[in-house]
Amino acid sequence: MAGIAEPREITEQTKELRQAPAEDHFPPLGPLARRLERPEVLGYLMVAPALLLLIVLLGYPFIQAVWLTMLDKRVGVEGNFIGLGNYIDLWSDQVYRWTVMNTMIFTAVSVVCKVVFGLTGALILNQAFRMKNFFRGFILLPWIIPSVLSALVWLWMYDDTFGVISRTLIAFGLIEEKILWLSQWGIALTSIIIVNVWRTMPFFIVSLLAALQTVPKDQYEAAEIDGANLLSQFWNVTLPNIKHVLIIVTLFGTIWTMSDFNIIFVLTSGGPANSTHVFSTLAYQYALGAGKLGEGIAVSFTMFPLLFVIIFYRLYRMRRDPT
Amino acid sequence: MGELVLEKLGKNFGNVVAVKDVDLTVHDQEFVVLLGPSGCGKSTTLRLIAGLEEVTAGDIFMDGRRLNDVLPRDRDIAMVFQNYALYPHKTVFANMGFALKLRRVPKDQIVKRVKEVANILGIDDLMERFPKELSGGQRQRVALGRAIVRNPRAFLFDEPLSNLDAMLRVQMRVELLKLHNQLNATSVYVTHDQIEAMTMGDRIVVMLDAVIQQVGTPMEVYKKPINQFVAGFIGSPSMNFAPAKVGSADGKLSLEGQGFKAFVSSGCANGLGSYVGRDVTFGVRPEDLELGGDAGMDNTFEAKIELVEPVGSDIFLELDVSGTPLTARVNANLSFSEGEKITFTVNPNRVHAFDVDTGIAIL
Ligand SMILES: Nc1ncnc2c1ncn2[C@@H]1O[C@H](COP(=O)(O)OP(=O)(O)O)[C@@H](O)[C@H]1O
Ligand SMILES: [Mg+2]
Repeated sequence: MAGIAEPREITEQTKELRQAPAEDHFPPLGPLARRLERPEVLGYLMVAPALLLLIVLLGYPFIQAVWLTMLDKRVGVEGNFIGLGNYIDLWSDQVYRWTVMNTMIFTAVSVVCKVVFGLTGALILNQAFRMKNFFRGFILLPWIIPSVLSALVWLWMYDDTFGVISRTLIAFGLIEEKILWLSQWGIALTSIIIVNVWRTMPFFIVSLLAALQTVPKDQYEAAEIDGANLLSQFWNVTLPNIKHVLIIVTLFGTIWTMSDFNIIFVLTSGGPANSTHVFSTLAYQYALGAGKLGEGIAVSFTMFPLLFVIIFYRLYRMRRDPT
Repeated sequence: MGELVLEKLGKNFGNVVAVKDVDLTVHDQEFVVLLGPSGCGKSTTLRLIAGLEEVTAGDIFMDGRRLNDVLPRDRDIAMVFQNYALYPHKTVFANMGFALKLRRVPKDQIVKRVKEVANILGIDDLMERFPKELSGGQRQRVALGRAIVRNPRAFLFDEPLSNLDAMLRVQMRVELLKLHNQLNATSVYVTHDQIEAMTMGDRIVVMLDAVIQQVGTPMEVYKKPINQFVAGFIGSPSMNFAPAKVGSADGKLSLEGQGFKAFVSSGCANGLGSYVGRDVTFGVRPEDLELGGDAGMDNTFEAKIELVEPVGSDIFLELDVSGTPLTARVNANLSFSEGEKITFTVNPNRVHAFDVDTGIAIL
């Protein structure tokens, strides 16, 4: 029965260990181990696997894509190097120019609506009322449903002949004739924005609700006693406390909205007459519809400078903030 | 100006009775301390006065005006919170000036007033800092400053010193007192620390289980506790309690328990007569056990020292009096050893007795 110690021995061993000074527990470090103990070495070592994975999965395709935008490559044909030719083509391309404007309008209006409605929704759901947990769960639905599915449902609701929205509005006497929701640039873009806002608002509501719940109650009480009404409580307590979450959420919202594809592709595919394209759908159309791979990728690449400006401005502002 | 009157004030949270039948008048310029163990309803009482909780029963008056339905911001009452509740995104100056800004006081007047108060509190050089850049004591001062700047009718303090370390707490206690003597504003101060209560209060309100037990000056509450709870809560170390029987001999009343017999001076004995032959709870403060006396004399008994606890200025002795445990507080210049036998004399003027069932003080 070697190896199995008697209970008495165990207690004596532990006793010895307890009595021994701390340094005796650990053998001295070897040269390799000592180098590993240094944070700058160990740190890089630990992020190395993730970094490697990123380089392989993101870095390589990225560089490949950059390279492609400099070729006049079409599907199935070897491309020739044309430098910035694709970008120069885009610059004089009316559809592309229109798409830039669309993307701006689409993103700006969508994000503003999401922030405003999202914050309003979060403030409402943060109140104590009956069945609030039910509503908090319920509100997530649009976010959970795959966006292609919900976009298809919306497509049907917007339908010129059978669309339930027009019919309802007529039934209530709010409009006389059916509205052709997706057949005209202005209305179509609005319809798209509505669906996009509807779809991503849960993310805004839930994130902001979580932020609202971390605001210390006594700050509101102090403000109340100091003489703040609800509005000044919002400006002086709520908003400063959720500011960082609001910025992050807006940032992500902007990136996601700008690169949204599913909803627009399902609803209008960029039509009528290429008037509702955004970067992603136009890139798709050029690259896979028309087979002009280089030009298509170039379209999506022009999104980068915009996103970079937004992200860096936001992060810069956040880092400067003393609180 | 600032006379605060609470009448039959009550507050329930669902089934929990947090405050019940509180009657209290805080006079203009008075400093009243609400004292009681955790959960007894002190904070709730304060929050009712501030308007942060809705009153369930009773009324609150400030200078004759009924406050029950008045919004907190219209009550003209300032509150200092336990964890300060400073606005983390505002500078010290903005924190202190916020209330005035909301009242649309002109900017130059706000600056003047905030500077004035910052000067009193010694925080003038912190004006541009943010709360997280301050130490606990500095935050405490800013929280005080925010209240003082408004020059309100009354100040409410909810355990304002409990987040400070012991040294700072004593220091701030003194400063708060000085400040009060300077401002002379009506104040209600909540604490569970009886030393704070004794040293700061013009009057102390002792609470237990949502109900006021006793209201009085620190000395009244200390010398004439109204019941066993107050007797035990006030004073450190706590009053000694032991079961005893009321006896009567030669027209003198006595309390007799295991190992001791204490006669009561006739001047204080009024209520005790009707208890002759019955069981009561005997009470004596550790500082009222006087060292010495000959065994066999009235009120003198022999005790064995179980434990010697020197606390610097005094020595606490844990005694065994024939089975009855007592604590005595004696001069630090004497020396004792554990197991030693000594004699003690109970001052007949300082003996307490409480009804066994109700805990109400008989003397
Ligand atoms: N918002 C609340 N909801 C439910 N019960 C509460 C609430 N606030 C306080 N109470 C209860 O009321 C009682 C008194 O609380 P409190 O006034 O905070 O005591 P103290 O300040 O004396 O420690 C406690 O039993 C507490 O649990
Ligand atoms: Mg409390």
